[in-house]
Amino acid sequence: MLHDMKLEDIVGDQYKEVTLDLYGGFTRKIIYTEIETPYPDGKLIVSTTDKQGIITHVNQSFVYMSGFEEEELLGAPHSILRHPDMPPAAFADLWNTVNAGNKWQGFVKNLRKDGGYYWVKATVIPNVRDGEVVGYTSVRRKPSLTKVDECIKLYPTLF
Amino acid sequence: MPYQFTVSPDFTPSHLAGWFIFNTWLQRQMSEAIHLEIYHDFQAQRQAIENDQVDLIYANPFDAAMLVREKGFRPLVRATGVSGEAIIAVNHESKVDNVVQFDSAVKVAVTDAPDIQMMGMIMLEPGDLDADNVENINCQNYVLVAKKLFNNEADAGIFLESAYDELSSIVKARLRIIVRSQISVIHHTLMVGPRLFDKSEQLHELLINMQNNEKAKGVLDSLGFQQWETVDDEEMYFMNDLVDTLLV
Ligand SMILES: Cc1cc2nc3c(=O)[nH]c(=O)nc-3n(C[C@H](O)[C@H](O)[C@H](O)COP(=O)(O)O)c2cc1C
Repeated sequence: MLHDMKLEDIVGDQYKEVTLDLYGGFTRKIIYTEIETPYPDGKLIVSTTDKQGIITHVNQSFVYMSGFEEEELLGAPHSILRHPDMPPAAFADLWNTVNAGNKWQGFVKNLRKDGGYYWVKATVIPNVRDGEVVGYTSVRRKPSLTKVDECIKLYPTLF
Repeated sequence: MPYQFTVSPDFTPSHLAGWFIFNTWLQRQMSEAIHLEIYHDFQAQRQAIENDQVDLIYANPFDAAMLVREKGFRPLVRATGVSGEAIIAVNHESKVDNVVQFDSAVKVAVTDAPDIQMMGMIMLEPGDLDADNVENINCQNYVLVAKKLFNNEADAGIFLESAYDELSSIVKARLRIIVRSQISVIHHTLMVGPRLFDKSEQLHELLINMQNNEKAKGVLDSLGFQQWETVDDEEMYFMNDLVDTLLV
C-alpha cells in the first residue's frame, strides 16, 4: 500500500535508512533526517480516516506540514507519517483507546515526505454518526517544548 | 405560543439592533410569531436551552454539539466569511513576544465566550500554560480585556479577532498581538430545534436567498453579514468532533 521512500525526495545529505514493519504485514523503507520543521503558531493539523486508518480528509496545514500533495495522502494508510523513533506501543495504545470508543491524546513525532520530522500534540476521537463509528478524526496542536523533551527521553525506552 | 429565537451572547453590541431587525423580517416572511430573547451571558442562555425554551438559535460553536446531541437541533446556515478566530495580545511594553516566554503562572483577561477562551488556551499550551497555572480574569467585553492589559492587571488577553480589529486605534497602539489562530472551520451556526423542523426547509430557502433581494440584503447589512450559506449535517458533526478534540 505504501511506497518506499525515495532518495530524490529527501532534503539534506545526512540521512539514515531503516525498514519499518507496518500493520497488515507489509514493510516500508524509510529514509529520515534530523531536520525539524517547527509547528506553525495558531494552526491545527486535521485529518480523518476510515475505520481501517485510511486517510479520507486532510486540511491545508496537514498537507503543508507533511510535505506531501493532498492526492498522495488521500487513500493512503495513516502510517505514511510513521516515524521510526515512535514506539509501536504508542500506536497500539491509540488504536485500543479509540476502538473502545474513547479519546486518545499523545505527543507524536511525524515523518515528512522529505525525510524531516515535526512534533505534534494529537487528539484522536471516533466519529459517531447515528450511533455508529464511521471513522476517526485527529486534531493536532502545537506541543509544549517541555513535553516534547520528556518524550524524547521516554520514547527510546519503550521499544 | 410563539417560537423562541435567541442569539449567542457574544454578538457585538453594534449588531444587537440588527438581530431585532432580522427577527422582524423573519416573522413577516414566515407569517409566524417569533420572539427574540437576548441573554446577556452564556449561563442564562444554556439554562433556557436546558428548559426547552429555544427553537431557533444563532449558536456559538462551543454549544453546537450539546444542541445536536442533547436537544436534537439541526444546522441551517452560517454567515459567509465571518471569522471566529482568536488572538492573544499583551501590553505593547511587555517583554513577551512568544507564549513560551511567559512566567510559569500568568493572569489572562478573558470574556465568557467559550469558543474564544478554548482557542486562546490552546494557543497558550505551547508555553506550558493550562488551567492549573492560568488565572482567568473575567471581563464583560473585549474593551475591558484591553484595559486589563494596559493597566498591567493581566499578562495576556484573549480576544475574538473581529472584536480586536474593532478596538480604537488608540487602544490598539497600546497592545501587541503575539499569536492569532487560523483554524477557519469553527463557526457560529444558525440552528433549528425540533418544534421548528416542519418549517426548516422554508426557513432555509428564505435565508440563503436573502442577498438577492434589496430589502433582505439591508437586513443582512444590519447584522454585518454578506450572506448565509448552508451548513449540512456532516459539516456540523465534523465541527462538533473538532471541538471535542480541543476540549481535552
Ligand atoms: C485518525 C488517526 C490519525 C493518526 N495519525 C497518525 C499520525 O499523525 N502519525 C502516525 O504515525 N500515526 C498516526 N495514526 C496511527 C496510524 O494509523 C498507525 O497505527 C501508525 O502510524 C503505526 O503504524 P502501524 O499501525 O502500521 O504499525 C493515526 C491513526 C488514526 C486513526
